[in-house]
Amino acid sequence: MALSDLSRRWRPYPVKAPASGMSRRRGFWERVHLDPWLLGLLLLLMGAGLVVMYSASGQRLDIVIAQGIRFGVALGVMVVIAQFAPATLIRWALPAYLLGVMMLVAVELVGDMGMGARRWLVIPGVIRFQPSELMKLAMPLMVAAYLSRRELPPRARDLVVCALIVGVPVVLIAKQPDLGTSLLVGASAVFVVLLAGLSWRIIGLLGALAAAALPLLWMNMHDYQRRRVLTFLDPNSDPLGAGWNIIQSTTAIGSGGVLGKGWMEGTQSQLEFLPERHTDFIVAVLGEEFGLVGMLVFLLLYLLIVCRGLWLAAEAQETFGRLLAGSIILTFFIYVFVNVGMVSGILPVVGVPLPLVSYGGTSSVTLMAGFGILMAIHAHRRLLPR
Amino acid sequence: MRKSRHNLKSPEQELRIFRVRALLALVVVFSLTGLLMGRLAYLQVVQHEVYTTRSEKNRVRVEPLPPTRGLIYDRNGELLAENRPTYNLTLVRERVEDLDATLTRLVEILELSPEEAEAFRVRSRQRQRPFQPALLMSDLDEGQIARLAVNRHLLPGVEVEAQLLRYYPDAEVMAHALGYVGRINAEELERLDAGRYAGTHFIGKTGVERFYEDALHGEAGLRKVETNARGRVLRELGRTDPLPGKDLTLTLDKELQHLAFELLDGRRGAIVAIEPATGGILAMVSAPGYDTNQFVTGIDVASYRGLQEDLDLPLYNRAIRGHYPPGSTIKPFLALAGLAEGVITPDKTIYDPGYFQLPNDDRRYRNWLRWGHGRVDMERSIAVSNNTYYYSLAHDLGIDRIHANMTDFGFGTRVGHDIFGESAALMPSRDWKRERYNQPWYPGETLSVGIGQGYWQLTPLQLATATAVLANRGQWVKPRLARTLGDEPLSEPLPDTPDDIELANEGWWNRVFSGMEKVISGHEGTARRTGVGLEYRMGGKSGTAQVFSLGQDQKYNADELAERLRDHALFMAFAPIEEPQIAVSVIVENAGGGSTHAAHLARAMTDAWLLDDDEPDVEEIREEMGEDDERLAGN
Repeated sequence: MALSDLSRRWRPYPVKAPASGMSRRRGFWERVHLDPWLLGLLLLLMGAGLVVMYSASGQRLDIVIAQGIRFGVALGVMVVIAQFAPATLIRWALPAYLLGVMMLVAVELVGDMGMGARRWLVIPGVIRFQPSELMKLAMPLMVAAYLSRRELPPRARDLVVCALIVGVPVVLIAKQPDLGTSLLVGASAVFVVLLAGLSWRIIGLLGALAAAALPLLWMNMHDYQRRRVLTFLDPNSDPLGAGWNIIQSTTAIGSGGVLGKGWMEGTQSQLEFLPERHTDFIVAVLGEEFGLVGMLVFLLLYLLIVCRGLWLAAEAQETFGRLLAGSIILTFFIYVFVNVGMVSGILPVVGVPLPLVSYGGTSSVTLMAGFGILMAIHAHRRLLPR
Repeated sequence: MRKSRHNLKSPEQELRIFRVRALLALVVVFSLTGLLMGRLAYLQVVQHEVYTTRSEKNRVRVEPLPPTRGLIYDRNGELLAENRPTYNLTLVRERVEDLDATLTRLVEILELSPEEAEAFRVRSRQRQRPFQPALLMSDLDEGQIARLAVNRHLLPGVEVEAQLLRYYPDAEVMAHALGYVGRINAEELERLDAGRYAGTHFIGKTGVERFYEDALHGEAGLRKVETNARGRVLRELGRTDPLPGKDLTLTLDKELQHLAFELLDGRRGAIVAIEPATGGILAMVSAPGYDTNQFVTGIDVASYRGLQEDLDLPLYNRAIRGHYPPGSTIKPFLALAGLAEGVITPDKTIYDPGYFQLPNDDRRYRNWLRWGHGRVDMERSIAVSNNTYYYSLAHDLGIDRIHANMTDFGFGTRVGHDIFGESAALMPSRDWKRERYNQPWYPGETLSVGIGQGYWQLTPLQLATATAVLANRGQWVKPRLARTLGDEPLSEPLPDTPDDIELANEGWWNRVFSGMEKVISGHEGTARRTGVGLEYRMGGKSGTAQVFSLGQDQKYNADELAERLRDHALFMAFAPIEEPQIAVSVIVENAGGGSTHAAHLARAMTDAWLLDDDEPDVEEIREEMGEDDERLAGN
């Protein structure tokens, strides 16, 4: 079926407007539609992230302030998005998705180059924007919206539609080339499908198919991507080139020991042996300066956020909300896992930042928008009829 | 159909499925987090030390601090070798973006000749540790430094570095005694202790600089510095200061050395003067000399070839490596051997008809005076340098006893204590001849040896040493150049000093001295003209060494040929006889008769050492020598 048909067929969920006179007095958090636990954990993470950022940037207060401002903006976006009911969100799904695909096509045609890849869409003097960031949210939104209207668990036909929805943007992003993001975008869709209850048989079948497709993927990879994989397998094959990053980051982490070298005392970080120390490799700074203890504290924070997120998802009353919330929180976890795994040398180097810690504007805003959605789904559930 | 599908939706089932899946996801999340934690624990606990080492290696660089080379003084504290600050051009290749372009620009800025430019390029390619500056050029002049400063922004990675460079104020005069330092070459680099020589570019190549290299060099220090990933030094973590090399005080006397050099100016030859009491070398000159400073900064190919191809062989250290037939200079030593072996007594005479004949042999071995000296005793044999007396003495002694006794005086051996590159020259023997020519020793050859000809060859250092031992009445002293090293006087007596020479009758020394005094002061002494106006008692002996043949590939013009075929003039002397303070040997190549040329120079040396006079007038001495030349030519 044509994608345009979908939007017409989807009706908004029945939403009962809140009565003007409330029967029950609602608390502050319910009125602002925020989850205090999740918000608290996120603020803790951001605060700790800024402390690490000060050291990782080489004690540059301007960078820390810029990051802080971005966090502020991201929090604002989260709060705003949290005010929308899931019914509104489901109406955004198709337009957001289509907009995203169109912008990806535009990037392909007129995008701006940066770091050897074409990822940016620029309206001169106005804005620089990565359409792939929009797609990180639009994708799970779209798939969740689609599947929530279908009978679950999903059938083969649903899967074909999902594959179509997923495939187009993933291929476009991969062509930029930005393999990391395309895989994460794809993963966010896969999570929706898995959470929707895809049968184990099909999962096994698709898994086998994916394994069979690996050589195909390899052949379509760019040289630098292949080099990253090869370097991952043996970093010492090119110690001054592609292997440099991973050797230096594992050295930084390993030399940190249990307690770390101390804040702003990490020699690997402060003496610039560590590349991209305040962006993708910031976790190495953390590991070097705060040691295993610091790493465990951060991982624990992330784990608590994921647990709270999954709890919120499970509490959601509608399938759409559940699937979307579950996908967002699992994708968030995958970010953490891929980034830490890459910096500590158990995954190949893919350009994935550490969520809410690495320096970077758009990714923080996207992430917090995701948490906004999560909170919206949770905070609005009482409005639904039981 | 579609509608019916929709009706089939079951919220309860969907919730149940989701919760199961979410729980499963949580399990996966926990196990992946566990995996990460495990990996981190592995890196930070199990492998902690490996990575700590690696991180330290990254961060800490050890930089050598080369020691300052010890200075060299003469016996009066006059500076002979110093370290002068100079400016060097260095290049850190890792910081240069385009090496070729940078080198081309440097050649322009420094205004180098094409040959210099080529040497320059070669040096820039030398293997170097990362981020270690490579030395491109030493001793920049003011103009070059200024031009480099102006163009600095165009030359990243290029630095002008201040460095101490060896400088010899009296380079030419001291060349063969002091030697010089030069850039460490590949062969030396392999042999050297890399730690001690880290950061040092120069090493003693010859002479005193070579022999005392160990002490002069000192001990390298080091500093640990923290560097960033680009190799920039951020701070010093610790340092061990280098131990500067020890200063060396020589026995040389700068004034006397200068005099010896001037006396030989324009000639080829050597003068060695020794203090008999200590063996300290007062002067050691080989002429012509050369400018050793050229070798410090790196001599250019053309100049080096010029020195090498010079017929006068300026690089050749005649004083310790020159092989000369001793001529008659060794007659006093042979006389002593005869006394020691009981072959002669001081008063025993022979009759000299002008020649000597071996039994059963018609051949006549001639005295230099065709008609003979008549009746000759030991003292007269020395004074008039009678050959017949020594033919007879040599015949009676035989080569074996001559060899043994002359070896006792150091002939045919390396006599020096701290002389680098000394030659043992040659004291012939039966064994030597059998080995060298696979021939027996012939009696006639003994006669040649008896007048210092034939196979016998000595170095000027050996002759001066033997003279000092003679002046000491047989007490051996090894010649040496160094007096004190740092604050410590060098060991006394020296190890490996040969046994003293003892005579049955101590009075015999006086008889030999008497003969040697007559050489200079006697009415028929061969060097009597040298003795005019002598203010102290001096003993000496002249010698003339025949120049045998020229090498086949040597080409001279006729004048030069004649000049270079003339005999070498030799003289040995010591003074004053009562308490000798100086023993000297002089060799002037192709000067003609030894009694005049070399004797005048020896007298000038002893005068300068013993008298408080003003500086001796070298011009006057040379003029007198010129007159003698004319007189000889007239004869």
